[in-house]
Amino acid sequence: MRKQFKAVALSLALAFAAPAFAQDELNFDAYREMLADGNPAELYEMEGEELWRTARGPKNATLEQCDLGLGAGVVPGAAAQLPRHFADTDRVQDLESRLMYCMETLQGIPSEQIIKGKFLKDERAKLAALVAYVVTHSNGEKIAIDLSHPKMKEMYALGEKAFYYRTGAMDFACSSCHSQDGKRIRATQLPNITKPEGAAAGWGSWPAYRVSNSQFWTMQHRLWDCFRQQRTAEPIFASDVTIALSVFMAGKGNGAEAVWPGVKR
Amino acid sequence: MASPMRIRAAAKDGVTEVRVLMAHVMETGQRKDSSGALIPAHFITELSARHNDKLVLSAQFGPSVSTNPYLAFKFNGGAKGDKLAVTWVDNKGDTRSDEVQIA
Ligand code: HEC
Repeated sequence: MRKQFKAVALSLALAFAAPAFAQDELNFDAYREMLADGNPAELYEMEGEELWRTARGPKNATLEQCDLGLGAGVVPGAAAQLPRHFADTDRVQDLESRLMYCMETLQGIPSEQIIKGKFLKDERAKLAALVAYVVTHSNGEKIAIDLSHPKMKEMYALGEKAFYYRTGAMDFACSSCHSQDGKRIRATQLPNITKPEGAAAGWGSWPAYRVSNSQFWTMQHRLWDCFRQQRTAEPIFASDVTIALSVFMAGKGNGAEAVWPGVKR
Repeated sequence: MASPMRIRAAAKDGVTEVRVLMAHVMETGQRKDSSGALIPAHFITELSARHNDKLVLSAQFGPSVSTNPYLAFKFNGGAKGDKLAVTWVDNKGDTRSDEVQIA
């Protein structure tokens, strides 16, 4: 809490000292370029690849038979087409919830353990490493989620509704912070997610390694933090609303290139 | 046990470019945890890189280097298939060595 006050005080001081920083003066592209060379997300990817192949859990099995939508064990390109409707579960699943399902069915690791767990800890941390591994194999692919299934349409509509739904102590919606062009907070651009370019910029650059805290964050983690920034109730890990928001953003961003894993402030 | 590094080494026109990503907490010893207790210092102190067993870089690291450090450097020489090995040691005596073939 104290840290937050300090940050506010600092940004106020900066605002007075240097009014109206032009957006391009910060040169986000140069910043990103410098960060992208040697993105430490690679360390998580290595760990994830190892985890994918390691026999673990009560069933002592690997994840090599996990079907991420393109067939058992197929990793390349899979993340670019998620979230999707899966016939075997008859549910729309994002990468995290699908991996969680594979960990439960193949390895016997209970999903509850991850849902009730904490970010960056235990099985949820392992799940994040697996996410790093899977998305790396869709780096540069075009976002291509299939919205034709009725359950995908339903999730898209729910996501759109959630995006504009004002709630919490400040009466904020996602759209309160993400529906204008050219906005930034500190050294982070705030994409306008109501437009395809903005949706693609947001969806297609997470999961990401954050240099400010040396942590690798999945999209579930990103969304959880935005719920917090919205000052509203904490979302349940991999719950329908988080997947719906993902379908909304990915669907709007369809066709754009994904830069995975990203690297952020 | 220390986690593996990711090392990339590529030779071009008689110069080898090496890029190394290390997994390390790099605790400064000056931060406190949520209960106010000091988090003990834990950081890499020395690093060396060898090309076919010949030392090409030796560096001293300290607490000002970030978590999960990234190091890039070039040296004269090196050819495809040669060995490039990197070793670090930290203040707790933990160490890690990894090796790649130059591409
Ligand atoms: C109070 C303002 C605020 C609200 C409300 C908010 N966000 Fe954010 N959002 C941010 C900030 C600030 C960042 C940049 C985060 C950072 O780097 O610390 C961000 C980042 C993001 C990103 C990544 C963008 C990028 O290019 O890196 C996505 C995606 C996102 N938010 C989605 C959402 C969704 C979905 C909601 C609603 C559940 C939401 N946000 C609500 C402030 C907000």
